[in-house]
Parts: sequence; C-alpha cells; structure tokens
Amino acid sequence: MGKTKTVVNESAYERSLHAAGRLWGSLALLLMLLVPAAISLYFNAWPLLAPFLKALLGVLPMYWTVGIIEVFTFVPMLGTGGSYLGFVTGNLTNLKVPAALNAMQAAGVRAGTEEGDVVSTIAIASSSIVTTLVIAVGVFLLGFLRPVLESPQLKPAFDNILPALFGALGVVFISKNPKIAAAPLLFMVALFMAAPGLSSSVSILVPVGALIAIAVARFLYKRGKLGSPGERG
Amino acid sequence: MAFSVNHPILYLFSGIVVAFILAQSVYFLVKAAARARELGISGATIRKTVLSSALFSVAPAVSILVGVITLSQFIGLPYPWLRLSVLGAVTYELPAATLAAGAMGAEVTQTISDARVFSTIAWVMALGILSGLILVLVALRKIQSGMVSLAGRDKRWGEILTDALFLGMISAFVGLLFARVREGLPGFIPLAVALVSALLMAVCGLLMKAFKWQWLSQYALPLSMLGAMALSIPITALMGGGH
Repeated sequence: MGKTKTVVNESAYERSLHAAGRLWGSLALLLMLLVPAAISLYFNAWPLLAPFLKALLGVLPMYWTVGIIEVFTFVPMLGTGGSYLGFVTGNLTNLKVPAALNAMQAAGVRAGTEEGDVVSTIAIASSSIVTTLVIAVGVFLLGFLRPVLESPQLKPAFDNILPALFGALGVVFISKNPKIAAAPLLFMVALFMAAPGLSSSVSILVPVGALIAIAVARFLYKRGKLGSPGERG
Repeated sequence: MAFSVNHPILYLFSGIVVAFILAQSVYFLVKAAARARELGISGATIRKTVLSSALFSVAPAVSILVGVITLSQFIGLPYPWLRLSVLGAVTYELPAATLAAGAMGAEVTQTISDARVFSTIAWVMALGILSGLILVLVALRKIQSGMVSLAGRDKRWGEILTDALFLGMISAFVGLLFARVREGLPGFIPLAVALVSALLMAVCGLLMKAFKWQWLSQYALPLSMLGAMALSIPITALMGGGH
C-alpha cells in the first residue's frame, strides 16, 4: 500500500470495507451537496452571502462539534461497516446505535470484534432500509396517513418513543454492569433534575456520561473489581 | 414553472439521493451477510438480525415521518424527506432551518414562498451537520487504530471500555427521563413509560430462561418498545398529560 506502517492487523474484508465505505460515503456527501446546488441553479436562486453566513455561524459551532464527538463515541460501538453506513444515514442515537447494540447482544457477539462488526453492519443496513422505505412510502401516502399520525390519541406514543427505547435497552445493559453504570446514571439523573433545560443538549452529554463511565470502570478494573485480564465477568 | 416548496423537481432531486442511500444500505447488507457466513455466523442468526432490526426500526421511522410533516408545513415535503432520510435528525434540522429562515427575515410559521430563502435554508441544513461524515471518511481507520491502542493489549479492558461507552450513552438518556419530574405528576410520564418498557424487557428475559425461548432474544427489544409505546397512551391519560 506504499505506507510505512500498517494500521491494525486488518483482514482483506476490512480493507475492502474501508475502500467501499469511502467510495459510497464520498458519493453520498457529494449528492447531499449537489441537491442545494441544483436547487439554486434550477430556480436561479443562490443564497445571499450575509444571511447565509450568519445562519451557518449559528449552526456550525454546535453541530460540527457534536458531529465530531459522535464519531469518537459511536465508532467503537458501530464498527467499520456500521460507521460508514450510520454516518451517512443518520438518526444514530434513536435508531442505528440501539439497533446495533441490540443485535450484537442478541447474537452473542461483542463490539470491536469482526463478528460484532458484521452483525452491527447487518443491523444498521436493515434499519436504514426499513427507515428509508417507511419515510418514502409515508411521504407519498401522506394524504391518507396525516390524520392518523397527527391524531391526538396516538400523540403520547410518539412523544414517548425515547423512554420506551431506553427503558428496555437500559435494563439490559445496566443489569449487566451495575458497578460501572451507577456513577454516570446518578450524575445524569441529578444533572437533568437540576437543569431540565439541558434536554435539548442530550447529545453533548452522551460523551460526558461515557467519560465518567470509563473513569469509574478504569478505577474498578485497577482494583480488581471487574474481573482480571482475559476473564469474563 | 414558478418556485414552490413542493415543486416536482424537488421530489426528483430528493428521490435520487434517497434511492442512492437505499442502494448503499443494500450493498453493505449483502457484503456483511456474506462475510458473516464466512465467519461461521449461522444463516438463522443473520435472518433474525435483519428481521429484528427491521421490526425495531418501524416505530422510530414513523416518528421521523412525523418530523417530516412538522417541517413540511414550512419548507414543503420533498426537502425534509431528503434531510431526514440522510444524516441528521429533526432535532437538528428544525433549529437549522429556523436559524436560516430567521437570518433571511422569514417566519417559520408560514410556508416559504421565496426561492432564495428556500435555497439558503437548503444550503444551511445540508452544510451544518457534515462534520461526522467527513471525519469518518477521512479518518475512520486512524480513529479505530487509536482506539485499539487505547484499549492496549488487555482484551478484558477493551471489553470493559466498550461497555463503559454504551453505559455512558444509556445514562444520558435515562437521566433525560428525569428532566420534567419537577413539573408534578405529568412530568413522571416518560419515567413510567421507561419503567414499563424495562419491565416488559425483564419479562422477555424470564420467558427466555424459563422456556428456553432463544428466538425471543432478537425480538425482545422491539416488542418491549412497541408495548411500552402502546401503554404510554393509557399511562398519559391516567397521569394527566392533557396535551
């Protein structure tokens, strides 16, 4: 490959996955930018520079930071294929990451192994296909669906999608590792009770929780409370 | 044809990208499934992973569709359809669109009628969230090798490290359930729904153990989630979430 140092011991599958992931991802990125360009061209309506920059400045600092943090938080969970696909198709915290975690847990494979990587990729790809199809069908059948989706009877169900998801996911992972979970959980509960306004910034708090969990885990591990090297516990 | 937020050409542009995303997902699915077989993962496990992930995704996908409807009242259907089918989520797209509209002096309460305002919004929404994708494209390999050296050669610590990452994410969302508890009883609704969901999940776990229903392990999450969503309707009525 012309490089002096190979990165990890990559399998041929992983090498081809990196190549394919970069190709598909770059094309997707290009297409995402071509659409506003095509809109501007077709309607001969390019953004005015000053308001465009002003709006961009309002969005970029926060969301570009969140995006970068998300990469470091989710890449270890999603694996190679899952990351290339998940970061194109989006909806990571509410869909792709839980789908991957659930699939790996059910299949009895671990994140960070090649088996974990393929199971995570299969889960994320299936989730992306279904999500894309549901939204596409929904957009074209909106006339029929709108009264149902906007009905006040169903509103509580959609309002509670995150509690329904993280209740079920939480009980599995917390009961597996109560010692590591206790400190970040207490911290987050106290934080949100003290400052409910943080609700909209939950994605920034994910890495904060992760750092607390890692620090606690390291401390407990060093003291021999989480099993010794190579042992499962 | 004059500009409109629901102009047919906008459907065409969005449709092309959505078709591309679908093709990409199918490609990765086929590639990973082939590799899974090589690694000795059974066809049954692959099928169950596909089915359970698909089932699990339906409810969140419908809620994303609700987000498309919310945005459509302001910037039409086709562009939100694209934005919510790719990178991003309604929690990002709505503030981004609002900011862009505000900078152009437009209101988010009305449908955009000016092509220039619309194109500004379209550009800001597209550009504002690209960092994650760009970083993955440029540096995924480096990041992964960095993670490997962080975990070191100690396999057990590597496992604990990924578990700690999961738990960090889960803690943040469990903490979020408590954000409204100071508002009185209706503020406890998210917590009650999460407890019901956890309980359903625990029941699934007991059934799996008691009756050796291994097949249930793949479906426990989607079933518990849908069950809790359905039960959130009477829970909300009981706990006085009037609106």
